[in-house]
Amino acid sequence: MKVMFDKDFCAAHGDCVLVAPDVFDLGDDDDVAVVLDETPPEDQRANVEMAVKVCPVGAIRIEE
Amino acid sequence: MQRLVVVGGGLGGHRALLAARELGYDGQVVLISGERHRPYDRPPLSKEMLASDDDGGRHFYPCEDLEHVEWKLGSPAIGLDPVRQTVTLADGEAVGYDGLVIATGRRARPWPGPVPAAGLFMIRDLDDAVAMRAAVTEDSNVVIVGAGFIGLEAAATFVQRGTRSVTVVGNTPHVLPVIGAEAAASVQRIHQDRGVTIRCGVNVDRIEGTERVEAVVLEGGERLPADVVLVAIGSVPNSEWLAGSGIELLDGNVVCDEFCAVQGAANVMAVGDVVAWPHPYVGELVAIEHWAIARDMAPIAVGNLLGVNTPPKAMATVPTFWSDQFDVKMKSAGFLSLATSFKVIEEDVTRPSLVVEAFRGEELVAAVAFNKNKAIIGYQRRLAELVGQRVNAPAK
Repeated sequence: MKVMFDKDFCAAHGDCVLVAPDVFDLGDDDDVAVVLDETPPEDQRANVEMAVKVCPVGAIRIEE
Repeated sequence: MQRLVVVGGGLGGHRALLAARELGYDGQVVLISGERHRPYDRPPLSKEMLASDDDGGRHFYPCEDLEHVEWKLGSPAIGLDPVRQTVTLADGEAVGYDGLVIATGRRARPWPGPVPAAGLFMIRDLDDAVAMRAAVTEDSNVVIVGAGFIGLEAAATFVQRGTRSVTVVGNTPHVLPVIGAEAAASVQRIHQDRGVTIRCGVNVDRIEGTERVEAVVLEGGERLPADVVLVAIGSVPNSEWLAGSGIELLDGNVVCDEFCAVQGAANVMAVGDVVAWPHPYVGELVAIEHWAIARDMAPIAVGNLLGVNTPPKAMATVPTFWSDQFDVKMKSAGFLSLATSFKVIEEDVTRPSLVVEAFRGEELVAAVAFNKNKAIIGYQRRLAELVGQRVNAPAK
């Protein structure tokens, strides 16, 4: 699984950090989220799928 | 279930369609919407859509997984017969359902007095935003009636566009009454420092002009000349079409139980900001007009409708919202409407940033943060724990 993250779309909502904290992070001074692990293990799939769903700007995709 | 009908083509309707597909429902699906557009994202309408000249294309939700859906656009639902399980459309068509999701949302509250034929706008739909942005030029004198989120976001956007004069008039003592006086003072300063004129604590008496808008006249007689006026005084639920159906309404909101099931009809769910439901944390009926509520409610409602959640799942997420104004990302988590006091935790006027906690008595019920991403994530987690402890969702 590869996490595709479009930082041009990201609006720093942080919802991805809430549902997949091992894969995404967002600092107080950051304008966009950061991907901590671009190829996370399979046990993170459900969390990353949830991050794709909750992102208010559709900035996250999963590539197999 | 053979035919699922979703009424309303906004975020809630779109998420209901996606949820049905994802949960394995493979029967017929019909989406009914009074708008001529397929579902799109509304938050940008009062922000970047007022500044750009694009057609809004990038704000349409992806529909490639929804080709099986029968789209009935441009003819709103005008009636519901929950006994015969039929929705009637304005063009006369009757659509039967086995399961129904009501997601008709809200519309902008209209100005309650006479209005000029041109120059007056409200923002709720894509076409509204496109019409208003075309009317505002660098030389415009824009007066915004209403000091809520829509009004302030539009004000910030027009000032950033270089509009000559932008004034916001609010009838509450400070802007954004819901976030408390401390955070509101910060918002007010941010706007004033960047060129917005804020007039709070004053009622608008009337909007002058016959052919075109000419002025906003305040109570007491002061006249604010205007060539463009935005009326942003809240919203009203789109539920008139349910009158006489037997469905229970509260202030126009569709009354549901905590499982999103509509009271007074079988096989009918409702989602989003047309709903009043007993959030298990609050314990009484709430109607919450946040984007994230519609996002979170739709899959819960559809799962319960299709019977795939056993036991049924309660809608008990922590409400969150955001607003972008100038260089400030405002975020909130929790139940601000329950707050009886607010406490500033930290503030940096130059950045600017701010963290405010909201309490009901001694109990933390919400938080507001400006430009503090990490802090608000922390509050979301903390409040989710508090909600989880309180909520003891019983099986139906």
